[in-house]
Amino acid sequence: MKRSWFPALLTSGVIVFLFVPLVVLVTNSFNASRFGGGWEGFTWGWYEKLWDADEVWESVRITLKIAVSASLASMALGTVAAHALHRFRSWLQSAHSMLITLPLVMPDILMGMSLLALFVLTGIETGLITIWVAHVTFCLSFVTMVVLGRLQDFDFTLIDAARDLGATRTQAVCKVLLPLLLPGVLAGGLLAFTLSVDDYVITFFVSGPGTTTLPLRVASMMKTSRSLPVINALSTLLIASTFLIAALSFRLQRRS
Amino acid sequence: MTADHQRSKQWLLTLPSLAWLGVFFVIPAVLIIITAFRPADLQGGVGAGWTMETLKVLGDPACLPVVWRTVWLGAASTLVCLALALPMSFQIARVGPRLRQFLLLLVVIPFLSNFLIRIFAWKSLLHPEGPLTKLLIALRLVPEDALLLNNAGAVLLVLIYTQLPFAILPLYAAAEKFDFGLLDAARDLGAGPWRSFTKVFVPGVRRGLISAAVMVFVSALGQYVIPQMVGGASDEMLGNMIARRVFADRNLPHASALAAALLLAVLVPMLVVTVWQRFDKKEATA
Repeated sequence: MKRSWFPALLTSGVIVFLFVPLVVLVTNSFNASRFGGGWEGFTWGWYEKLWDADEVWESVRITLKIAVSASLASMALGTVAAHALHRFRSWLQSAHSMLITLPLVMPDILMGMSLLALFVLTGIETGLITIWVAHVTFCLSFVTMVVLGRLQDFDFTLIDAARDLGATRTQAVCKVLLPLLLPGVLAGGLLAFTLSVDDYVITFFVSGPGTTTLPLRVASMMKTSRSLPVINALSTLLIASTFLIAALSFRLQRRS
Repeated sequence: MTADHQRSKQWLLTLPSLAWLGVFFVIPAVLIIITAFRPADLQGGVGAGWTMETLKVLGDPACLPVVWRTVWLGAASTLVCLALALPMSFQIARVGPRLRQFLLLLVVIPFLSNFLIRIFAWKSLLHPEGPLTKLLIALRLVPEDALLLNNAGAVLLVLIYTQLPFAILPLYAAAEKFDFGLLDAARDLGAGPWRSFTKVFVPGVRRGLISAAVMVFVSALGQYVIPQMVGGASDEMLGNMIARRVFADRNLPHASALAAALLLAVLVPMLVVTVWQRFDKKEATA
């Protein structure tokens, strides 16, 4: 039967639409023109300017510090939570599952504002710790979902087999369950890492003096037109690292 | 193993995430609702006592157009996203597994790259000196002095751009489970491509359609960076108003009243959909 060409055409159109802005950014990062209206010759100049922008690299350091520690914490919490959700069926798990799902759909601005309200009312100074807490909170649900997906495919008779062959319960968990679960946990951790590096809105609410993460830095650079081409260069590097992380997590998900 | 042992084990595994989300998610949300009924003090904190005054913010004539704009931008971006995502999920679900994985990756990559950067990209595309404006002027599609930036159209465009994956992914998940043999049957019985798409495919993926609609709409309601970056002074959404009360006016109770209203606006459609889907599932199994 003849298939309509319309869905295929529309799909290609949408994918072009999704990529055009990114392609323009990458192109402009090598463009000598300040506003990127036309091509005025190839240059590495914006990358050299970026290299010398110390405050950007300071922000990268802060961002990585938060992203690594927040994804580690949410990996630990999320894996345990996924295990509980998978293993037990009870009213407690129904409530637990609802509580895990809600942050996924909560608008960022509400999450940021409510956490700020908590910190203001309890008199906690905003800073690195408050950003870390906020990031763990929104990453936790994503990690749980990814690990839960992995657990649902896991063949639990393998644990019984290990026990039959004389492994203790702890050995069975450490030597059988965890290694097989590891790709899922790592994929969840990578997702958490990406979300943490990316977050602007929530971080904006709970940040304090001296905790300008990369997105906050980019936002303040966007206000001065002098640094606009430098953002192009920075964006290109960030897009490249997103490609790498996406490819890596794609590999991890597919290995099973 | 005893039942008691099982129970304590369950609590042990549930408690860490439950406690974390209780303290840093549930309590803050409740705090917002409480703060909405407290007076503000001059230092930007929360005063003593209780008041209903803050609720008047919601009836403020300056607030109404913002609420209206938030709702119509949310609804319009949801409609466009669904209109694009429906044929797209149909297409992705029909191609072979390798191409399918590749297409999904193409949808997810822009979605994973930094949110601010994507908005920045649009800002430089739509800039008066930018490539898109120059191209459109060269093609004589817009007048020489056209401003593509700082208007409601730009806000809508970028909303659609950032939210498309939210529509494509749930719809694809539904389309993947759809039995495409039904379409062939409809075609054999004489239905045209459009008719079989709207009467067979769309009802077949309605659960995915509803969750996609809610995801996009809810996420649009809470936006504030997009109107701030690509919108004009008169394109504020509810989120901008909340942020302004927090950072410019330093009035947490007023911001909380607005945030509580937004919270309700988010929870109501979600609750309706959850109940409907339960009902739908029961009907399907009955």
